[in-house]
Amino acid sequence: MIRPHRSHPLWYAFLLHRLSGLALAIFLPFHFYVLALALTEPDRFGELIEWVEYPMVKFAEFGLVFLLAVHFFGGLRLIALEFLPWSPLQKTYAAIAASAAFLIASTFFLSAI
Amino acid sequence: MLDVRLYLLQRLSAMVMAPLVLGHIAMMIYAVQDGLSATEILSRTQGSWLWALFYGTFVLAVSVHAAIGLRVIVFETSGLRNRALTVFTWAVFAGLLYPGIQAVYAVTAS
Amino acid sequence: MTTDFANHSESSTGTHMKVSVWRGEGNSGAFELFQVPAQENQTILDVVAWIQQQSDPTLSYRYACRVGMCGSCAMMVNGKPRWTCRTHVNKVLQQGRLEIAPLRNLPVIKDLVADMSEFFDKWVKAEAVFHPSKTRHDAIEPINPASPKRIAASAAIECINCAVCYAACDAVSANAEYLGPAALNRAWTLLNDERDSANSERLKAVSGVGGCHNCHSQQGCMEYCPNELNPTASIAGLKRATLKHLLGWKD
Repeated sequence: MIRPHRSHPLWYAFLLHRLSGLALAIFLPFHFYVLALALTEPDRFGELIEWVEYPMVKFAEFGLVFLLAVHFFGGLRLIALEFLPWSPLQKTYAAIAASAAFLIASTFFLSAI
Repeated sequence: MLDVRLYLLQRLSAMVMAPLVLGHIAMMIYAVQDGLSATEILSRTQGSWLWALFYGTFVLAVSVHAAIGLRVIVFETSGLRNRALTVFTWAVFAGLLYPGIQAVYAVTAS
Repeated sequence: MTTDFANHSESSTGTHMKVSVWRGEGNSGAFELFQVPAQENQTILDVVAWIQQQSDPTLSYRYACRVGMCGSCAMMVNGKPRWTCRTHVNKVLQQGRLEIAPLRNLPVIKDLVADMSEFFDKWVKAEAVFHPSKTRHDAIEPINPASPKRIAASAAIECINCAVCYAACDAVSANAEYLGPAALNRAWTLLNDERDSANSERLKAVSGVGGCHNCHSQQGCMEYCPNELNPTASIAGLKRATLKHLLGWKD
């Protein structure tokens, strides 16, 4: 499905960064809307917060934190790549970025359940 | 497609958000410890200038960052160009800034 | 001049390979299947030459040195851009099959021959062209090979314009005006060349719609460059230089 010339780790890092950014951009307006309800319709806000107890929602939250962490660490990698002296360890850094993101999301998940 | 100015804004907004994102994630991990409730959230945030500043900055930076990021994606995957592309970019910026500031106000106003 | 390097009709291993080759002119075309005898030691260029010499003389393809110095034989092999003279068949054969196509991101003239014009046009557009600052009547500029700028320039200078990086780059596919890794890589070497006089034009040339800021650091260019160059690093250098220029930071 992925074209052959794209099958190397740093291309996947690019894809992950792009998809996580896109997902976050789509999620944010909903996030802001729900929070604004705290002022305009406090009861509705209370109702929606209760949804957080459902496992599916918790899983979605884990997904969001993972996406944020991935995008964040991926972004740090990019800034380091562009502004700091070049290093040939890019593949290692991409791996570290992904695992750090996963670690943070797991912490969130573990404490949330 | 970015020119050097948009590129600079993108990197700057990213760097502004770096500490804010870490703070936000850490806070979320802490906040969900004993379950999440409306009163719990509001009791901590209402009337706080600090939270207003923290999240207000966050909202502004993310509106800039997401608008430019989506601009690049739209440019590379569709035929949108020139004026239409600029309108789209500003629309995303406004579409995040406005609800964002409303949300910040909603949880910090006293 | 006929080259004898691929005219065995007998296979030394006793088997044949199924080789799909792109045939067509301009925008239209299709893959055509050939049965090519497998040899123990064989490059993709050997395979293409065998087809043209023994099977179908109407096949068009490019090559020159056939020893990995000129870059003329670059093609897509199983979806990846490579020098066909330096690609051993047994390294890329997939279950007895091969797929050979013209370089990606370039218009096709015929069969395996891509039109390199836009690649070289962008070279010029990026100001990846040397502009002298002295005449023959001036003293020769002493260049210290150990200076950071010269080291940076030398690290990127071995480009032979084969367009493999251009074919690998998705930013090129996404933006028709993007100057591309090779042109920007060369622009970076000249930016660091103390003898050159056109740096402000160069910075302007790489800051526009097709400029260095299109690069997403996917590093397909670095992955596939047969000379082991790193255009992404050069482009990162251009990003730093254009930012410094914008912010009025004198170097």
